[in-house]
This record gives sequence, C-alpha cells and structure tokens, in this order.
Amino acid sequence: MITFSGSAQFAVAAVLGGGGGALAAIIAAVLLNARFGPMGVAIAPYLKGGPLRRALEGQAVVDASWALASRGGGRFDREFMLGATVPQLAAWIGGTAVGVLGGNFIGDAGKLGLDVIFPAFFLALLAGELRSARARAVALLAVVLALALVPFAPPGVPVIAACAAALLGLKGSS
Amino acid sequence: MTALWVAIIAVALANAAIKAAGPVIVGGQELPPRAVSVIALLAPALLAALVVTETFGEEQHLVLDERAIGVAVAGLALALRAPVLIAIALAAVATALTRAFV
Repeated sequence: MITFSGSAQFAVAAVLGGGGGALAAIIAAVLLNARFGPMGVAIAPYLKGGPLRRALEGQAVVDASWALASRGGGRFDREFMLGATVPQLAAWIGGTAVGVLGGNFIGDAGKLGLDVIFPAFFLALLAGELRSARARAVALLAVVLALALVPFAPPGVPVIAACAAALLGLKGSS
Repeated sequence: MTALWVAIIAVALANAAIKAAGPVIVGGQELPPRAVSVIALLAPALLAALVVTETFGEEQHLVLDERAIGVAVAGLALALRAPVLIAIALAAVATALTRAFV
C-alpha cells in the first residue's frame, strides 16, 4: 500500500513467503522498480516546476499511467498521466484492503485469463510506438535482449537491460 | 513481522527515490538532440521488453503457455484495427478458454 508498486509488493511477498530474508526481498523489489528510472527520464521533459515538484510528480509514474500518457515519438501527456494515476491509487489501496480482508475469496485470477491483460495492454501501446523503422528496430532488439536475459538475471533486470536498445538513437538522426 | 516491515519501508523509500531521480535530474533543461532521440526510444524498448517478459517469463524461465495464445489473439485483433479494450478482452477470453479446455 505504501510503496504503490504492484510488482514490488508481489516480489516482497514472494521472497519473504519463500523463506528469503528482508535484504533479498528489498533487492528483488528494487530491481523490479528500477524500470521506473528510465520511465522517469522519458517523461521528465514534460513535467513542470522545480526539482521538488518534479520529484513529487514523478511519484505518479506507474506502468499503466506512464504507458497511457505516451503519445508516441517520445512525447508524453503530463496531465493525462497524473489524471490516470489518481483513480488507480484509490483502487490500489481499496483493492489491497479487500485482498487483506477477503483473502482467496476471488479464487485463481489465472482461470479467468486475467494475467494476460498486462502483456496484451503493453502490446497495444507498443503498436502505437512502432511508426518509425528505428522504433521497430529498437523494439526488436529489446525483445531479443529481454528474452536472452530472463534465464540468467533476476526478475526485473531483463526489462531494464533491454532499455539499452534505445541507444540505437545515438546513431545519427531518425 | 519485523523483516516484513523493514522490507516494506526500505522498498518504499527506494521506490520514491527511483521515481524522483529522472524528473529531477533530466527535467527543466534543454537536452542535446541525441539524448532526446535516445529518450524517445525508451518507450518502445521498455514496452517491447515488458510484453515478452510478461508473456514468456516465469520466474527465471522462459515458458510457452496459454498467455502466448492470448497475446497472439490481442496482436491479431490489433492488426485488424480492433479497439484496445476489445483486443485485451479477447486476449483474456482466449487464455481462459485455452486453460479450461485444452
């Protein structure tokens, strides 16, 4: 509830539930959340105000809002991201409370195919990003990097490492 | 219980710092064109990596399971210009049906 980061919450629960120590849980969660670093860099030019205000607005970066606010070609809609985060935060806290109180009442979300919502959603947003040949090359390279690293790196690391694909942008202008 | 709260508080602080870093360091200044084009390409790189890790990743293994069917259905629906919400709903339905009957 306090961290407002789903994957980190799950990571902490998984590591501690699996008998791991607090340090292992912290490392796992921080690695997973490191993706907010590049996301924050991407959206930074569109946030307003001084360092303190931008730091606060940066807290609104969550996967779904960040992705929804993306307008393609690296542009972002600040108001949209902030607006998209507020109802999510409310639903988040409410949902966590329901989960704590209700336990396994809902049953297995996997049976309903709900676990596929996130990749399908990211795919839809990715489709909007692939207008230029360079963006397609970057996406392809990111896919290769991420898949290659999954068996070797802790969860979360492959996604961050795949950001290196964006360095193709250094090669001249698009 | 103590380990849990230590972990929660440490992760909360680290999370806030990570989220603040980009906007504070990069924001409010003109960036060289090359940096801008790299930053612009972060979105497709991150999204592509998230798609494949959420589809094929299971802890530290790559697996081909019912999620791939759902994502493939979503991709097909999007290619046929279906609205995003419809594509996502179809993905969930396809995955659920495959799990139930195959």
